[in-house]
This record gives sequence, structure tokens and C-alpha cells, in this order.
Amino acid sequence: MGSLFRSEEMALCQLFLQSEAAYACVSELGELGLVQFRDLNPDVNAFQRKFVNEVRRCDEMERKLRYLEKEIKKDGIPMLDTGESPEAPQPREMIDLEATFEKLENELREVNQNAEALKRNFLELTELKHILRKTQVFFDESVPTVYKSSAPSHSSNKYRRLLQMADNQNEDEQAQLLGEEAVRASQPGQNLKLGFVAGVILRERLPPFERMLWRACRGNVFLRQAMIETPLEDPTNGDQVHKSVFIIFFQGDQLKTRVKKICEGFRATLYPCPEAPADRREMAMGVMTRIEDLNTVLGQTQDHRHRVLVAAAKNLKNWFVKVRKIKAIYHTLNLFNLDVTQKCLIAECWVPLLDFETIQLALRRGTERSGSSVPPILNRMQTFENPPTYNRTNKFTKAFQALIDAYGVASYREMNPAPYTIITFPFLFAVMFGDLGHGAIMALFGLWMIRKEKGLAAQKTDNEIWNIFFGGRYIIFLMGVFSMYTGLIYNDIFSKSLNIFGSHWQMSYNKSTVMENKYLQLSPKEDYEGTPYPFGMDPIWQVAGSNKIIFHNAYKMKISIIFGVIHMVFGVVMSWHNHTYFRNRISMIYEFIPQLVFLLLLFFYMVLLMFIKWIKFAATNPKPYSEACAPSILITFIDMVLFNKPKEPVKDCEVYMFFGQHFVQVLFVLLALCCIPIMLLAKPMLIMQARKLANVQPIAGASSDAETGGVSNGGPHGGGGPHEEEEEMSEIFIHQSIHTIEYVLGSVSHTASYLRLWALSLAHAQLAEVLWTMVLSIGLKQEGWFGGVILTCVFAFWAILTVGILVLMEGLSAFLHTLRLHWVEFQSKFYKGQGYAFQPFSFDAIIENGSAATEVE
Amino acid sequence: MKICGPKLSLCGLIISVWGIVQLVLMGLFFYINSVALIEDLPLGEEYHTLEEFYAAANRAYNQNAYNCWIAACIYVLTLLLSAQQFYMNSRVTAN
Repeated sequence: MGSLFRSEEMALCQLFLQSEAAYACVSELGELGLVQFRDLNPDVNAFQRKFVNEVRRCDEMERKLRYLEKEIKKDGIPMLDTGESPEAPQPREMIDLEATFEKLENELREVNQNAEALKRNFLELTELKHILRKTQVFFDESVPTVYKSSAPSHSSNKYRRLLQMADNQNEDEQAQLLGEEAVRASQPGQNLKLGFVAGVILRERLPPFERMLWRACRGNVFLRQAMIETPLEDPTNGDQVHKSVFIIFFQGDQLKTRVKKICEGFRATLYPCPEAPADRREMAMGVMTRIEDLNTVLGQTQDHRHRVLVAAAKNLKNWFVKVRKIKAIYHTLNLFNLDVTQKCLIAECWVPLLDFETIQLALRRGTERSGSSVPPILNRMQTFENPPTYNRTNKFTKAFQALIDAYGVASYREMNPAPYTIITFPFLFAVMFGDLGHGAIMALFGLWMIRKEKGLAAQKTDNEIWNIFFGGRYIIFLMGVFSMYTGLIYNDIFSKSLNIFGSHWQMSYNKSTVMENKYLQLSPKEDYEGTPYPFGMDPIWQVAGSNKIIFHNAYKMKISIIFGVIHMVFGVVMSWHNHTYFRNRISMIYEFIPQLVFLLLLFFYMVLLMFIKWIKFAATNPKPYSEACAPSILITFIDMVLFNKPKEPVKDCEVYMFFGQHFVQVLFVLLALCCIPIMLLAKPMLIMQARKLANVQPIAGASSDAETGGVSNGGPHGGGGPHEEEEEMSEIFIHQSIHTIEYVLGSVSHTASYLRLWALSLAHAQLAEVLWTMVLSIGLKQEGWFGGVILTCVFAFWAILTVGILVLMEGLSAFLHTLRLHWVEFQSKFYKGQGYAFQPFSFDAIIENGSAATEVE
Repeated sequence: MKICGPKLSLCGLIISVWGIVQLVLMGLFFYINSVALIEDLPLGEEYHTLEEFYAAANRAYNQNAYNCWIAACIYVLTLLLSAQQFYMNSRVTAN
């Protein structure tokens, strides 16, 4: 049997590697990706392993690379991704790499630090510039208003005076201007000194700041503020922040300290602001020149940073790959055992037998590269352990294998259902999704993904839904194509029929009958040509509004049961392949045969009855076989199983469809019932007998030895061989009874379960029809020429609903039902799914996972 | 000039192509008086003579056929619009 039908044959191997050659050999194996290493020191924790230092160094390098990556992304520099994967570098190259990364990181950090300091400086200067400019405005506007003011408001008067005072800090004048209020407020003789502080504060902090000032100083300070229109850059994190300039006037030292405290508390930055206008102007000039200088320096720093990052971006992906490879190699080397002499490393690994040669070659390449003279030794070991399951896949079978593995990874060398699924999965899906139009949409979508495969695969995204669709592109395409086929069979395209070959029915009623009757029936005897429509449903059913569904139901229900029974019989036959492969004679005779007989005699017989009914009864036949005499298959089947006496037939009809049907039916049911105890008891009884024999006669004859061997699943392939021997007798009985009950009840319920094919297909057809009549018909039924415009809008709406509801949602539901039919109804007949997957040590997978992980971060 | 984003223009493109294909075909089927589409005609409940019914049905068939083609023509316009928008969008991302 080819590897498509079963998993690969695996062997447990021991690998002796010379210490010097180990690195190169493991690197070659990683490129190959066909070897699964086992951990030989499971009880040694991660910090006590041999190459823990190297792994730690790799971690450090990776951290540095991630830092670089972050900085590169921050600056929006494109990273060169050639998609090629450089070989794992030699261990000595690691030092070079480390030095390079160290240098880069330090340089970058230094540049960043400098840039930050410069930016802070710049920010301070800009803030100072704004303060100077804004306070100038305060001072400027205060001067004229004082002279003009004759405002009645007491308080505003006071403010203006205060402002003026701040402007010309002449103490005498102050006293004069403050006038009676100030003199009254202060103790006579005390020196009045009005000061001010100017600063910058975050705009959102301003209202609480103002309130706090007012409350803490009891309204004795005066605050003016002005917004800085342009947002400023925060040097620490680069955010844009809005700030405001404020200036506070107060009187006396106590208030000054209080105001300063409050400013500190609100993280306002205070700047010295000279009092004389001339000084301020001079200062402003100075600030401007310094800002100019800083700008040039900042520009140069940015340029330098950009140059460093662009240079790093060219190599970054490459470096990532290299570092991850080194790390993976040392990680793998940590799994190995050290020889006593410390001269060589011992590894254990699972290897597919077919690839033995390629692996040997890779090992030889590795030795040559490392310059070692002693070749590595790859040695097969005998083992009772269950090997991992490895199914070779390509891009087409991968998705189907994934569907199977999602249920459970196959036991080692068990029949793999995936190849059959490639046909049955899209087909059963299509039975439920049968519509030419919807199928075409789906197939086109799948086809587009397949045609653009390379381009789409290159642009990796984190969009999970898209990844699912893209991963299943071949399934989607096949499902679409099969749906188009079943759509033609059902003669449904967006719920309308195509009349390609011309209906094989005609009207034989005359004009007056048609005019006078609301409902008319076409008799299959007179109005039917006698030969069926060449392909699929006759389009006449499209206009049969009242019994179209009834006709379709009868057809689709029978079709579902027929497909279901065939599918299940196929599943049981698959179990025969398993039994022969594992040399399990007892299961084959006492499980497989009764199972098959049970299924064939009851359910396949029902399928045969359907065909007999279709063939024997026709409207054109004389009485016992005319359409009126056709029995109901379901009733016949129920009567058969319950041994009921069938109801009296209508006049001139017969109860049974063929001679001896009653006898055959009774015989079949009895035989099927006989199969149940065989399934239930035969296998455990035989095992018990064999064990007893073995106990009584320790030195048994050759024949009985073979028998026990057969019982215990023996042979080299029997993975569970020694295990079953230890199983308690009672457990075997319980196991077997559960299995039997499951099978017998399952055959009934699984057969009924296949009716979902009919149910979903009915639902799909009806939903499509409802959508047409409720939406698109509105657009079509418009009278007059304006209808075209309305139709345009209605059509777009209908199209969106068609894709959203019928293709996406119905498609998803049909997909899930198909999946269930495969997992439960089909695979329960033969598939154990108790294996574990083969996870080879492969650089490709590691790098793929690594980049995915960092992207999530 | 850019009006719609890349996704909307793509959606418009797909619906336009679909609309053109389906509406031209449906127009054709209406034009040849396809029986399957009779339920989508703007017809009255009752007609007294057969000739009256035939005349009304023929008129409705033709009307619907033209309406479908008109809608298809409108979709040609939206197709051009979406294609232009799509082109603009793709050029913006390419730069």
C-alpha cells in the first residue's frame, strides 16, 4: 500500500555523533526536517543542561534583534524580506554576530539617548520661546488698558492694575497704583513686593490647576494663560501634547513658595522670565538662535539614526533566521545524552524508513562540513513503543489531512481516511449545497485563491478567518465545483431552473379546462413522454408550485439514505483493511463479518427496495405495478423489522413487490439479529479460552501459540500487543459490549443521520427561493421604465444577501454537517485515531512559528 | 479623485461584473418569454380572455427584458466608476 493510504513506517534510531561534528550534523538534519528527536534527559531541568549557555546567548541576541526591529518599525523603514533561508552559521560565527548586534544596539541606544537629551533641550527652549512671546502679549495688552480704563467693575480694575504693576516693577509706582485697597489690606510700613512666575503646563491640567491656586491662595493670586497652538513633542515617548503658557502674579514670599509648590505638584515647568521688555527681547533672540542650532544638530542625529537603521533593516530578517537556527540546534543538542568518554553525543530519534538514505546523506554532509574524520552512526533500535504517525502531504492533500487530524491523529499504520475524503467530502457537501449559482460563486472564489496562491501565501496576515479560507482553498474550490454539478442535477440556479434540453412533459388539456380550473394535474401516464429529461430534474417542476417540494423530498430523502448506506458500508470495508493489515484474525471473523452482514441485510436491503420500487412501478404499467400500487418503503421496512403483518393493499394491488419477499425479509431480520451475539460475545470468549489454554499448558503446541499470537494482536506491527495481554477479562467484555451496542444502535441512528443531506438541501433550496421572491422579484415586478433603476439597487442588495446568507452562512452550516458525517458516521466504523503526530525537527517550522510569535507580541 | 476606499471599490467591482452578467442573461430570458420567470412579471390577478392575457404577458416580458438591460447598463457605469476608483487606490498603495 502506498503511503497515501497509511502513515509512513517509522523506526526508532540511535544516533552517535562526534562532539565536534554534532553541531553541523544537527544543522543538516534541521534543514531536512525529517527527524523527531526524543528528550533523553527528561529529569534534568533546563538550567542544568550542557548547552544552556549557548541557548542563553541566543536568547540575548534575539532580544537585541527584537529591539532593533522595534526601532526600525517605529521609523517605518521597510525591512528586506528575501524569503530565503541562510544556512545555520558555524558556532564560531556566533561571536561575530554577537559583536555586531552588541555594537548596533549600543550605537542605537546612544543615538537614542542623545536624541532624547537634545529633544528635551529643544522642548525647553521652545517652551521658553512661547512663554516669552505670550507673556509679551499679556504685558502689551495690559499697558494700554490701564490708561483707558474707567470700567465700573471693581475686580477687573484691580486686575489691570496688578498687571501693570508686574510690567514696570517700580515699587513706588506699585504702592501708588495699588491705591487704597492694597494699603488697607497690608500692614502699614510693610514693603509691598509683587512678583510673578511664568511657566508651561499640560492643557488638560489647567482647570484643576487654576482651581487649586484660587483655593490655596484664597484668591490672592492672579493667573493669566494662553494656549500654545502647535502641539509639542514629548521627548520621552514621542507623543504630541498640547500645552498652555501661564503667568501667575502674586504678592509676597509666602505666596511665592506656595505657588511654586502648586506648580511643582501639577508638573508645570517654570522658566525665568526677565522683567524688563528689553531683556526679554534679548533673551528671545538668544533662544531663537539656540533653537536654530539645536535643529541642525537634531537633524544630524536623526540622519545618523536613520542610516544605522536602514543598514540594519537590510540584514535583519536574515539575522533573525540565523539566530533562531543556532538556538534550535543548541536546544536539540540539549536533548542528547553525553557519552561516558565525553567524546560523543548520543541521540534517539524517530525516522521514516523511506528517508533513511537521505538522512544518512545529510549526516555525511554534516561531518564533511565540520571536518571530522569519524562518521556518525545511525543505528536502528527494536522498540515496543508506538511510533508517531506521519502522513506525507502536499499542498492539495494537506487541508484534507488537517480535517481528519482535527478529529484525532490516526493510530500508527491505521487506514488513513484522508484520500477518500478528497472525494466524499466535497460530494456530500454539494448534496446539501446544490445550486449552480452559489456553487459557481464558491468555485470562483476557490479558483482565484488557487491561481494567486504564491502571491497570497507570501503576504502573511494575522487574519485568522482569511488564513482558514486560504488553507482550505482546494476544499473550497472542489466544494464549489461539486455544488455546481449537484445544482445542475437539482436544476437549481439561484432557485430557478434551466430548460436546456426541453421538458419531457406536455399539456394535453384543452383551452376551456385550463381557463376554468385553478389547479390542474399532469398525469405521468398521458402527459409524460416516457423518456426522462436527459440530465437532472425536469424543468417542468419549476412551475409546479404546489407539489414541487413533495416530489423533491421523496427524491432527496431516498438519495440521502442511499449515499449514507454506501458511505457506511465503505467505512466497514475499511475496517477489513485494518484487520488484515494488523493480522487480527479474530476481529476480522467475529467483528468485521457480522458488522457487514448486519448492515447489508437491514439497511442495504432497504436501499435495494428503493431501486426495485423505482424500476418496477410506473404509471404506464398495468394494475399490480401501476403508480397507485407502489408501496411506501419506510412502512415496509418498519413492518419487516417488527415482524408486523402488512396492511391490506388497495384493490388490485399486491402487498409485496416481488415473489418471496416476506420469506426473504424474515430471514434477513433473523440473520441480522444473530449477528448481534456474535459481535458481542465471540471475540472476548475466544480470548478467554486462549488465555486459559496458555495457563494450563505453559509449553503450548505450535498451533495454539499462533492462536494466542493472533489474539493478542501479535506480529511486529501490533502496537498494542503487550498491552492487550495485560487487560483484565472483565474489561475486555465491557469494551466489547460497549462497542457492539454502539455499532448496532449506531447503524440505525447513523442511517437516520444521513437524512440531514436531504434536510439541508431542502432548506437551502427554500431559502434561495424565498430570497428570490422576497427581494429580487420586487425589483423585477416594477412597471414602467423606471424599473431598471430600482432593479439595479434591488439586485445589489440581493447579491449581498446571496453571498452573506446563502453562500457564507449556509455554506458554513453545510460544511459542518459534512464534517460531522465524516467524523461520526463514517470514521466510527473503522478509525481509532489514537496516535500522536510526527513532529520533526525542522528549521522551516521553527522559523515560521518564531515569526508568528513575534508578530503577535 | 478618490471617493471610496479599496474595499468598497473592490466590492463595487465584483457586484458590477456579477450584475452585468446575470442581468444581461435574465434580460435575454425575459425577451424569449421564459416560463420559469413568469412569476416575476408585473401581471394582474385575472384576465377575461386568453388574448388579453397573452398581450399583457408579452408586454410585461418585453418591459422586464428592457428593465434588466437598463440595469445592466447602469452596472456598466458603476463598473467603470469602481474600476477607476480601484485603480486610484492601487496606485496610492503602490506609491
